[in-house]
Amino acid sequence: MTDPRLALALNRRRVLQAGAALGTTALLPAWQEAMAQGTPLVVGVIYVGPRTDFGYNQAQAQAAALIKKLPGVKVVEEENVPETVAVQKTMEAMINQDKATLIFPTSFGYFDPHMIKMAEKYPKVRFAHCGGLWTEGKHPKNTSSYFGYIDECQFLSGIVAAHVSKSKKLGFIAAKPIPQVLRNINAFTLGAKSIDPAFTTRVIFTGDWSMPVKEAEATTSLIDQGVDVLTCHVDSPKVVVETAEKRGVFSCGYHASQAALAPKGYLTGAEWDWATPYTAQIKAAQSGAPMPNVLRGGLKDGYVKMSPYGTAVPAAAKTKADAVKAEMMKGTYVIFKGELKDNKGAVVIPKGSNLDQFNGELEKMNYLVEGVIGSIS
Amino acid sequence: MGVPLAILGGAIRVGTPLLWVSLGETVTEKAGRINLGLEGTLLMGAMTAFAVSLGTGQPWLGVLAAALVGTVLGLLHGLLCGLPRVNDIALGIALMLAGSGLAFWLGKPLIQPSAPPLPAVPIGTALTDQPALRAALDINPLFVLGLVGALAVHLVLQRSRIGLKLRVVGDSDPAARAFGLAVGRYRMGATAFGGACAGVGGASLSLFYPGAWSEALSSGQGVMAVALVIFARWDPRRCIWAALLFGGASAISPALQALGYSQGYYLLAALPYVVTLAILIGIGRPSAEAGAPGELSLNR
Repeated sequence: MTDPRLALALNRRRVLQAGAALGTTALLPAWQEAMAQGTPLVVGVIYVGPRTDFGYNQAQAQAAALIKKLPGVKVVEEENVPETVAVQKTMEAMINQDKATLIFPTSFGYFDPHMIKMAEKYPKVRFAHCGGLWTEGKHPKNTSSYFGYIDECQFLSGIVAAHVSKSKKLGFIAAKPIPQVLRNINAFTLGAKSIDPAFTTRVIFTGDWSMPVKEAEATTSLIDQGVDVLTCHVDSPKVVVETAEKRGVFSCGYHASQAALAPKGYLTGAEWDWATPYTAQIKAAQSGAPMPNVLRGGLKDGYVKMSPYGTAVPAAAKTKADAVKAEMMKGTYVIFKGELKDNKGAVVIPKGSNLDQFNGELEKMNYLVEGVIGSIS
Repeated sequence: MGVPLAILGGAIRVGTPLLWVSLGETVTEKAGRINLGLEGTLLMGAMTAFAVSLGTGQPWLGVLAAALVGTVLGLLHGLLCGLPRVNDIALGIALMLAGSGLAFWLGKPLIQPSAPPLPAVPIGTALTDQPALRAALDINPLFVLGLVGALAVHLVLQRSRIGLKLRVVGDSDPAARAFGLAVGRYRMGATAFGGACAGVGGASLSLFYPGAWSEALSSGQGVMAVALVIFARWDPRRCIWAALLFGGASAISPALQALGYSQGYYLLAALPYVVTLAILIGIGRPSAEAGAPGELSLNR
């Protein structure tokens, strides 16, 4: 009995025997109970690209890695699943082979019709989609949408950008003119304009979420036009941030931190913290509570966060951005308030009207605000 | 800085991989074979070049490795096409899928790291102080090599004994056999050369512009280059213009959007393809006088 490992093994056996003798597992924590019954909650996570893209998919994968550590949770993942019937097949495989009962199809195009179809076919499985707009009565009860108000971070990035830009010309490389993207372009611009109304943002749409050559070309074109701070809304900001660094201009990141790619020019960035909605969905599923159909939150709710400031950020920028961030943390800061004009001169938010972050109108945004140079059609 | 400069810069930036792939495919087709698998070869080349540059710190070693991998894939295509009743078009498509799948799989760990890029040829630094002009003239060294390569290939095809034999093989199988030429070997060599060039084209993408490895890196450039060969009428010198034209057309949309003219950008983004299509239609069905190899399965 001198071997400690042997002693430990015996002790564990004794404990297990004791548990069996009591005829109950009530003394064990809930997750062990679940494990004893052999029913961990199987969670499927589906990515449109690779999990290590320094961007959209990486932010989701970071949350998946965190929920793996939760008790009674088993995670199955598949990456590079296109927004076609392929994702339906992936969902079916996860449901039938892995016995997944909660699925996170993380990409925008998975929602309609793919996820909706699967949700109708498998009413006992829960589907939590990132970014889609869940509508009561229109979409099944076992589907939901989670999203974060990352435009708060984009607004703060705009404030920081305005402090370092000399040309007062900012650049934004965007994939497609959908509401979430437009909201980010507008918030970034309004952030900069809150420091100096003379700021403009030039926007280039590449047409798709991942187009490295076009993104590099867009970045180059913007820099050639005198833009000295860039940010983007594409799946992987790697090319944009690296190209900006190569040309000696500043960049703000998106999705996940790209600080490592641009030690000189990375200012800050808007990052997701998806572990918050993931955990909420898992808790509801484990307790058998109804599915929370719409999960939304900003900085205050722990859905989004900022990258740490880079070396090039001056103290004045930090002070100003931190002050606004403190107000956002209190939930009192309004980004989209009247009177707000679009870049064609039409009033989009009338005077005296303040749209708070949770206002559904903002999720239907279809305009670029005054100061943005570009067109959405 | 104006749109013309942006288009010129973009032509070189975007056109370089196209130049390499179309140059290689020109030689392959001159020998009477078509290789549609170059998209896969391009991706394998890009992935290999990035991996080797990352591992050794020597980007040029990456280019060499990409050429080698391209050669191997080209040889594979050549070998399989040499078998009886193997259709080169169908096989090419199979190899395209296999090559890109393999590149994605092997390249998984390469998405995050940054590999040492190829050093630019700093023509701009010598000429001007203007940063935009400088950047536009910081030229991809593989573009310069591609120019030299295109002229060299032209000379070899037109002026050398081996070039003449290659053209005979591509134009008429019976004639080549009557001369006692080993048709299979010539085609094999030409396909291997085409593969090597496509590999270098891939290296240009991952080691210079945009200078990273990712699965969306090529977006059809390998396939596009095959169309450009027809457009270039199997003349290596015209490959230069074809690649520059396509590259330049790709730069129009971002350049105009950066200036604020973004109305109808989806249409503008399609411009390179529209231009290529229009020119191909304009040229019509290429005849033997236009340089079309007679043995090419496209022309038979």
